[in-house]
Amino acid sequence: MKTVTVVGASLAGLYAARALREQGFDGRLVVIGDEPHRPYDRPPLSKDFLAGKIEADVLALEGPDDSLEADWRLGSVATALDRTAREVVLAGGERIASDGVVVATGARARSLAESGDLAGVHVLRTLDDAHALKVELVPGARLVVIGAGFIGGEVASTAKALGLDVTVVEAMPTPLAGPLGVEMGAVVSGLHEDHGVRLRCGVGVRSLVGRGNVEGVELADGTLLPADVVVVGIGATPNTEWLAQSGVQLGNGVECDRQGRTSLPGVVAVGDCASWHEPRLGRPHRVEHWTGAMERPAVAVASLLRGPDSGSSPTDGGDSKIPYFWSDQYDVRIQFAGHAAQADSVTIEEGSAESRSLLAVYRRGDVPVAALAMNQARLFGRWRRQLNAAASA
Amino acid sequence: MIRVCPVSALSPGESLRVDAEPPIAVFHTEDGEILAIDDTCTHQDASLADGWLEGCEVECPLHGSRFNLRTGRVDAPPAKKPVRTHDVVIEDDHIYVELSDEEPNLPPGVTLGSRS
Ligand SMILES: Cc1cc2nc3c(=O)[nH]c(=O)nc-3n(C[C@H](O)[C@H](O)[C@H](O)COP(=O)(O)OP(=O)(O)OC[C@H]3O[C@@H](n4cnc5c(N)ncnc54)[C@H](O)[C@@H]3O)c2cc1C
Ligand code: FES
Repeated sequence: MKTVTVVGASLAGLYAARALREQGFDGRLVVIGDEPHRPYDRPPLSKDFLAGKIEADVLALEGPDDSLEADWRLGSVATALDRTAREVVLAGGERIASDGVVVATGARARSLAESGDLAGVHVLRTLDDAHALKVELVPGARLVVIGAGFIGGEVASTAKALGLDVTVVEAMPTPLAGPLGVEMGAVVSGLHEDHGVRLRCGVGVRSLVGRGNVEGVELADGTLLPADVVVVGIGATPNTEWLAQSGVQLGNGVECDRQGRTSLPGVVAVGDCASWHEPRLGRPHRVEHWTGAMERPAVAVASLLRGPDSGSSPTDGGDSKIPYFWSDQYDVRIQFAGHAAQADSVTIEEGSAESRSLLAVYRRGDVPVAALAMNQARLFGRWRRQLNAAASA
Repeated sequence: MIRVCPVSALSPGESLRVDAEPPIAVFHTEDGEILAIDDTCTHQDASLADGWLEGCEVECPLHGSRFNLRTGRVDAPPAKKPVRTHDVVIEDDHIYVELSDEEPNLPPGVTLGSRS
């Protein structure tokens, strides 16, 4: 391979570029990113950065030892992948001939159709989003967070600590029921009320009201929640539109086998935009967690460099690790590994729901399939290892 | 010197956190070595004593950075800075830590005294 182009210059793109060099690729390496910034870390955007504890410079993902000798195209949008010519097409028309392509375009925050263009309504995905939100998080302001997922939960927790009056609204009856299951979703989202943040569940948003600036959130049951600032945290959509005509198979993200190979030879996908085949669920599964975006590029790059005759069936080999993520809310570190959807029971093995310090194990029959911890990092680490060992056996 | 505990209280494969400023993590490796480093990961705020000990390396429980316990060197990212190491002295079957006088590499956002 002479040229490999990495599209998306964030966590997964950077780790793909590093993996290419580490695995001996010495050809031309092009990295395309539509944001003007060098790769930066997103998790602190809802935590320490939003809280004002750290500055933007410490979000840099690259270190002093990075010597990728890559051709960085920052502020450039990839608009298409031309499979016949094997070219990545940039806005403006430039075409980059590429023998290999790593798709790492991530995801973008979903917005609320109802929000119109009122000022004071935010999503949180990028550094620019975080800057814009941060200046509005002033003590005493009324914040309504729409969506009690992890990002919504973290924003609520950070804003509360900054002295805002915070309400979280969630359309589902139990927050986090998807990732954590109903039982543990209720325990983790109980943190809001513990800390004086109001949580309204099972009611959707009808409209955002205000003139110029947002003034309130009207719920489906007619309640009007006054608001000076609104954060919409209702999930993310994979950035795959640019591949629509490419012939790469798309579903909920770029569909890949267990090594990150897409339906087009020479094209792999990693990170939040990618839906790798998940044997435990028997289908492609898009994972939107930091650790997967960091670890999987090495697997995908290896399969890319091995070339088309690395053969084997689409479900062979590859990444057998179970997905892992963490979230920091209030003073609690939440860690989860596995798939809650596989489980038919969950038991607290250590600590208790009331103390907000616990280790819970999810099982299907007798077999552990996932683990959740609240402030139990050591025990969680052991469980995660065991689950991974069982998964690769 | 900080008195940690009797050697017999820290079995091979185990680690413990000492509440100093900043906190210290003490490890007893499977090979019988006792080693001490700053407890706080240099990447973000996580306790390395809660990490996974393998050989003479610890893996951070939050994002998996690996640090060499003898040298403090980063063996796997995302951490970029080494962790400070401390000398360990065994006297009368007790573990003592001689605090390093180098500057600690605390993660951004964590300062001395900021942790509860
Ligand atoms: C506020 C926040 C907090 C988070 N907290 C946690 C946490 O606590 N724990 C956890 O596990 N995960 C967390 N995450 C998730 C984690 O940050 C993501 O999983 C990770 O960023 C995914 O990396 P990625 O490189 O795949 O995608 P992204 O980081 O989304 O990067 C994709 C990049 O590609 C660019 N791009 C998109 N389309 C194009 C195009 N056509 N041409 C060129 N460039 C393009 C995008 O602009 C972006 O820069 C958090 C995310 C956010 C936003
Ligand atoms: S906190 Fe240790 S690796 Fe991130």
